[in-house]
Amino acid sequence: MLGIQKIQLSRKPPPLSGQPKRLKDVELGFPIVYGTISFWLGKKASEYNSHKWTVYVRGATNEDLSVIVKRVVFQLHPSFNNPTRIVESPPFEISETGWGEFEIAISLFFHSDVCDKQLDLYHQLKLYPDEESGPQSTKKPVVIETYDEVVFSEPSEAFFLRVQNHPAAIIPRLPAGLNLPPPGPPEPVLEKKRGDTKDHPLGQWFMNFSEADELLKLAAARQQVTIITDFVCF
Amino acid sequence: MDAKDILGIPKSFPASQEKKARPQKEPQRKPDGISREVYALTGGMAPLMPTIEVSHLKRKAVVDKEKITWQWLPFTNSARRDNLQLYHWVRVVNGVPPTGDYQFAKYNKSVDIVKYTDEEYEKYLTDPMWTKEETDQLFDMCERFDLRFIVIADRFPSPRAVEELKNRYYSVSRALLITRAPSAADVAGHPLVKEPYSMTHEMERKRALSAVLSRTKQQELRDSEILSEAKRIMESRKASKGVESADLLDDHNDIEMTEKVTHTDSPSPSSNIQPTSTAAPSAPLTESATTPASLRMLRVYLRTHVLDQMVQAAISNAGPRTIKRVEQTLSDLGVHIKPKVPTKAVCAEHLELRKEILTLFNLQKQLQNKEIEASATRETFAEPPGTPKRPYRGDTDRPFVPEAAGFGGERMGKRDHKRKVPGRFIDAQSSPPQSKRPRKLKASD
Repeated sequence: MLGIQKIQLSRKPPPLSGQPKRLKDVELGFPIVYGTISFWLGKKASEYNSHKWTVYVRGATNEDLSVIVKRVVFQLHPSFNNPTRIVESPPFEISETGWGEFEIAISLFFHSDVCDKQLDLYHQLKLYPDEESGPQSTKKPVVIETYDEVVFSEPSEAFFLRVQNHPAAIIPRLPAGLNLPPPGPPEPVLEKKRGDTKDHPLGQWFMNFSEADELLKLAAARQQVTIITDFVCF
Repeated sequence: MDAKDILGIPKSFPASQEKKARPQKEPQRKPDGISREVYALTGGMAPLMPTIEVSHLKRKAVVDKEKITWQWLPFTNSARRDNLQLYHWVRVVNGVPPTGDYQFAKYNKSVDIVKYTDEEYEKYLTDPMWTKEETDQLFDMCERFDLRFIVIADRFPSPRAVEELKNRYYSVSRALLITRAPSAADVAGHPLVKEPYSMTHEMERKRALSAVLSRTKQQELRDSEILSEAKRIMESRKASKGVESADLLDDHNDIEMTEKVTHTDSPSPSSNIQPTSTAAPSAPLTESATTPASLRMLRVYLRTHVLDQMVQAAISNAGPRTIKRVEQTLSDLGVHIKPKVPTKAVCAEHLELRKEILTLFNLQKQLQNKEIEASATRETFAEPPGTPKRPYRGDTDRPFVPEAAGFGGERMGKRDHKRKVPGRFIDAQSSPPQSKRPRKLKASD
């Protein structure tokens, strides 16, 4: 896919010092899931600590996000001690106890070769289940997750090369004419803590996001609309 | 007799009493100066205090200083050259008649006309169009009539236009002024010298004025139209000039930016969106980036945010009702308003679906409008009012229901009522196609 194409890159002015070379018309997508899981404490619940909850950001397929994410900052409700929680290494999550629901601001900071701008996400912490779910149980948590994709447009070449084979990334078909150096030898696996969430203790509660389902529905819907439109404009 | 006596005596008794009483009261009642009834208002008594001080009343102004009389006296008018004596009433004060000129003499003003000698005429003032005689006559008349050229023109022996006369007079005066002046500078400020009379200009001006006055209404309208048209063209020309210069500027900036950021020049859409690349605000919150070209400017963004913006852009010219209908349609079709798994493919499909729904609604609306138009024109052709169009349609529609059954054809009955606002998408789509069929049948009848 990368190809050893000797075709010259499109005429771009040579990069000025300090500016990385960028790949035009390429965008890298990183599917992420962020959300909260909240357990009712049952007998152990007190007035101010009725629930134990965790807010986190993970790769959608539970891959390691630290390939792009340098740190994540969770901004909690001011009533918490140190409401600004910084997490420098995966897994990017914060666990807390509390009684109230509020909006958590999650800021993703990326590595310097990835992007120098942060990305902000917002998530409403939900502790109490909906009416129809029945009474609270300590065994079944309230899980709210949101799927989204972080897209980097015109990534720098270095960044691209670094992640092109990473499972967390969605690499598109590269436009023709892109002349990339061949991939070097794979990085030696360092003995650092695993960053992926495949064996996460809360993993059993993670939701599955299948795009196939949604695509099917959308395709069916579009078909219906097309039929009706044709009907109208005969 | 006894009765009389009885009656008489008592009659006379009170009568006599009355008579006594009345004369007694009479002097009491009758006051001086005011009538009896009015006096009665005061309670039958004179007021204790006099209400009006007689001394406070105005006295007639005492003319103690002067003694004015009016006399019929003769007078002379200095404005007259003959010694005509006329008479008028004069207010004489203490026997002294007023002095001073006749009070209206001061209004006898005249214009100073330049006078030229014959030599001056020979030297400076000859003109092929004018004989000396005529010029003299002209000047004489000018003096007589105080430069009232219209009168002069009327009385002038040979038929000359007013402008010609004016021209002659002013040019003569001007020439005289200049020649008589000790130096040119002195006279340079004189209006005659500064702005000489131009006969052609004057004639043109008067002609134009009369043309303007005599324009018909139609002409006026046409003229104003043409003027506004010209104005628009001028403005559009100016605007295009301005845009060109602005474009040039933008291109310059763009080139600078791209050199800094090592971007190739992107064509004009992105020229408007320049400064975001190094700015602090994080990507999803930047409002300016909506076009694909400018998406490249953002280094990082969330797909959902982009989708939202695209959706907004697509909906931008639709009203809130349409937006609701679109969302209702989406949920009817089993699609989430915001996709749960927003991958690239899903987002693209979602956007396309929304656009298709919008197109569908637009078509339906157009169809409805055309139908309304068509039915309106049909009605104006004086079809009998009782024409059962609706029931007609209803009859012929039933055979078509099975075809449209998949879309909830049971709502057909309510279709007519819900013509204007088809709240249900299913409802809306069934009515237009159905109604077209009967029309076709009708035409073929």
